[in-house]
Amino acid sequence: MIPDAAAPPFPAPAASGAGAGFAWALRRDLRIGVRTKGELGVQVLFYVLVATLFPLATAPERTLLAALGPGVLWVAALLASLLSLPRLFASDFADGTLEQLALSPYPLAALISGKITAHWVTTGLPVALLAPLLGLQYALDDPARYTLAAALLLGTPVLSLLGAVGAALTLGLRGGGGSLLALLVLPLYVPVLIFGAGAVEAVRGGLSAAPHLSLLAACLLVAAVGAPFGAAAAVRIALE
Amino acid sequence: MTALLRLDVEGLGAIRGTTRLFSGVDFHVQAGQLLLVRGPNGAGKTTLLRILAGLSAALDGAVAWCGERMRPLDARLRAVVSFAGHAPAVKDELTAEENLHALLTLMGEPAGDALLRDGLAAAGLAAQRTLPARVLSQGQRRRIGLARLAATARPLWILDEPATALDDAGLAWLAELVERHLRAGGIVVAASHQPLAVAPARTATLALG
Repeated sequence: MIPDAAAPPFPAPAASGAGAGFAWALRRDLRIGVRTKGELGVQVLFYVLVATLFPLATAPERTLLAALGPGVLWVAALLASLLSLPRLFASDFADGTLEQLALSPYPLAALISGKITAHWVTTGLPVALLAPLLGLQYALDDPARYTLAAALLLGTPVLSLLGAVGAALTLGLRGGGGSLLALLVLPLYVPVLIFGAGAVEAVRGGLSAAPHLSLLAACLLVAAVGAPFGAAAAVRIALE
Repeated sequence: MTALLRLDVEGLGAIRGTTRLFSGVDFHVQAGQLLLVRGPNGAGKTTLLRILAGLSAALDGAVAWCGERMRPLDARLRAVVSFAGHAPAVKDELTAEENLHALLTLMGEPAGDALLRDGLAAAGLAAQRTLPARVLSQGQRRRIGLARLAATARPLWILDEPATALDDAGLAWLAELVERHLRAGGIVVAASHQPLAVAPARTATLALG
């Protein structure tokens, strides 16, 4: 027996809650996001450009544009979200951070929830906030534009959540797995697209947007509960 | 009553793709011991260390910490292990200090200002404290990772090629950290092609391949 090992000076590890893990990942990823403003700017600019190209390419009729607008803005939001998804885990995977996340005493799903929230704040939130402005190009009236923003506020977190599962599943693939990620994730985005664009259509038709927004909120709740665990499982597989 | 620290491995085997890396690996490491894993490239050193850290599952065999069998990513194992892999988990966008702070708080360890400053000073990074890690050299990034090890109170260190990119002073510091950890009753398992200047009485060697 080694005598000095009888009472090792190693204190019990600090208590580890899901909330602290969430806050750790959110704070760190937001800080990194602020340092890489250029990259984020490119994504937002991409969204603005895609949304601006359509009115230029189609006939300048107010009714046609107003009918196209919600769908085009939603598709642009999906693409902007997709564009930024590979970044979510790839750099952490490459520099060994993901191993440390998996070995942390904090639950991996909580850390990943924090990362997803940071992803939404840096990509989904600007998209939702810019939508009422871009809606002007499509001759959408005020109620339609604000409904669009509300639908995007509810829908873009779902895009980040579902996308995180796809991003985690395609980790470690050659070439980053970007195109596979798109094939994997875009079909999952379909319900969000339908309910999101449907909410604006309903308002334009003089109906209430509440049913569509409620369904979007339901999607958000289900994804918020399930997706972090799915992404955590996929990250563990990628690390094996 | 503190259980005596020990790491026991029995009949461990692993495959990579379809080739068998190793099988029937047995060893026992006690408190205050360094196990140096040696072997040619591709012998499975990294795989073995990742299994010990709980990151990968073994094909067969068992890993036991203090007599209790551990599964991959076991919460009890995560609470005692400090793993330093090939990549030092340093973020380009953050400063040296922010990196160290993030790594320590991620492990649930305290990371006060004084602790960070002293840790980086000991790592020889006092002047680089507020520089983004992007401008640091490979060796300096390694030193941030080692500063994390030094500042944590985890009994089990698993180090994969810790000497990579370190200069002579860095190597001496690494040996000193390991030596101090062993004297405090900790356990170190390290894969290294370069010899670590640690007292031979405390060192055991495992040859793979």
